[in-house]
Amino acid sequence: MNKYTKKTFVLEIFAIMLALLFLVPFYFVLVNSVKGFGEILIDAAAWPKEILFSNYAKVWEIINFPKAFMNSLVITVFSIIGIVVLSSMAAWKMVRTPSKLSKIIFILIVSAMVIPFQTVMIPLMKLGGTLGIINSIPGIIIMYFGFGVPLSLFLYHGFVKGIPVEIEEAARIDGCSQFGVFWRIVFPLLKPITVTVIILNTLWIWNDYLLPLLVLQDAELRTIPLATSSFFAQYTKQWDMGLAALVLGIAPVIVFFLFLQKHIIKGIAQGSVK
Amino acid sequence: MDANLETKSAKASTQIKTESKKKRNWKKGLTYLAFVGPALLFFLVIQIVPFLMGIYYSFTSWNGVSSAVEWVGFENYKRIFTNDPIFFQSFMFTTKFMLAAVLISNLIGFGLALILNAALKTKNILRTVFFLPNVIGGLLLGFIWQFIFVRGFASVGEATGWSFFQLPWLGDETTAFWGIVIVFAWQISGYMMVIYIAALQGVDQSLLEAAKIDGASTFQTITKIIVPLILPAFTICFFLTISMAFKIFDLNLSLTGGGPFNSTQSVAINIYQEAFQNNRYGLGTAKSIIFFVIVAIVTTLQVTATKKKEVEA
Repeated sequence: MNKYTKKTFVLEIFAIMLALLFLVPFYFVLVNSVKGFGEILIDAAAWPKEILFSNYAKVWEIINFPKAFMNSLVITVFSIIGIVVLSSMAAWKMVRTPSKLSKIIFILIVSAMVIPFQTVMIPLMKLGGTLGIINSIPGIIIMYFGFGVPLSLFLYHGFVKGIPVEIEEAARIDGCSQFGVFWRIVFPLLKPITVTVIILNTLWIWNDYLLPLLVLQDAELRTIPLATSSFFAQYTKQWDMGLAALVLGIAPVIVFFLFLQKHIIKGIAQGSVK
Repeated sequence: MDANLETKSAKASTQIKTESKKKRNWKKGLTYLAFVGPALLFFLVIQIVPFLMGIYYSFTSWNGVSSAVEWVGFENYKRIFTNDPIFFQSFMFTTKFMLAAVLISNLIGFGLALILNAALKTKNILRTVFFLPNVIGGLLLGFIWQFIFVRGFASVGEATGWSFFQLPWLGDETTAFWGIVIVFAWQISGYMMVIYIAALQGVDQSLLEAAKIDGASTFQTITKIIVPLILPAFTICFFLTISMAFKIFDLNLSLTGGGPFNSTQSVAINIYQEAFQNNRYGLGTAKSIIFFVIVAIVTTLQVTATKKKEVEA
């Protein structure tokens, strides 16, 4: 089965060609982001005659890239810390307390996963205004807690079921508190699923557009997708600058992915097997 | 006397037991609350409360600004069903898009998985490449492809003379529709591929060898053995793609903005515009409730239908 035959070779060539085709859009974006505007209009497929980095320099200033990057980073990191802590603790306790209440809470949270964001967004803005969590970074982080809990809790719940309870019981007999048992014994055991939870939530929160659009109205608070899109809206069809902005916008998450690609692909596979 | 004493002490001990039990229960309840409470609280405040408020607002003529909220009964729902051609159009677009997108992205995803499950030398790099579009947000992907459709395709068309590249991509109803499908499939197929590969790796090799010995063709092996064995993966992938395609917003917004002539406007965009651009929050929430009901029904039907097949297989 695993022998490398002629057939495998043909398959390999075919797959490589497909992969190159998949990468073509990136070629277009990268190559044109270092061209002058006129050159893009003449031929978008050609290699640049002269590589210009001035597009990047201009965009960096205009969208205040460091600020947008920091906003995205702070929002993503703190949202994920909260989601991991909240959902792992709740999932563990619910599995270890097999009562009717646990079952009801679990079903309520999991079935809420079919509620589209668009259904709650309008009243959420009203509620957010009342609670004073609009137009603030801590505010949007709290909202991500609420939206992130269902899927993450679901993943933790499934994983905890597979962990034998004996070690926890032994620790309890030795006088360890519940929190001690959870943080010292259970949480380290949850590492594989925690990695998955972190990855899925990072890709979602980092790239999210609609919630930040509604919540973060100050230009100072803009995340990377917001900054890039408002730049596009202002300079429609200014392709030279627009493409440089796009490259800046996608670079951080691509670097993140390339460094962790093995874990990410494994984590996605794990996260989907229910 | 002795017996009496015994019962007394027994009573006392049960009393102590129930008291300590009560205390223990109380403590148990508190730790339960400490562990489960925070997650539940954020979930309720951010999702369930707005959801219930949404049901209420959908029966009002609330404009989002005024504090006076007027109850209008089923007025919004009546209006949506009888007098809102653009919502109807956006609903038709979303449904058609969902069908095309789900079919194509799963076909490509499954095909890629079959290829990359073979003993290719470059399979790790290839998986990374096919997954790459998923790490970029839909909004930025839409902008990338806007450029490719507008400038990139034009250049390729000039160089090759192929009419495919010279079509008015994004400028015409049909091609704009397929343009969004192409970009969605390009983005999602790699994700589906990963799930299908995970499932394929769980297939018992001896079954495939047995089929080979019995003289089954590759096509027969795939349709008769592999597909039935990994049906759970199909359930998941269909669920994911259906819900993603139904809720399409970012990609759609940056790629066509719903144009030309609202022909590619998704339901999500329609709801967004109704509320935040037309300031008809009541009407917008009514639409979003209808949207919720449809998404819930379709995904539940799909999951139960494919789950049933799983049991048979």
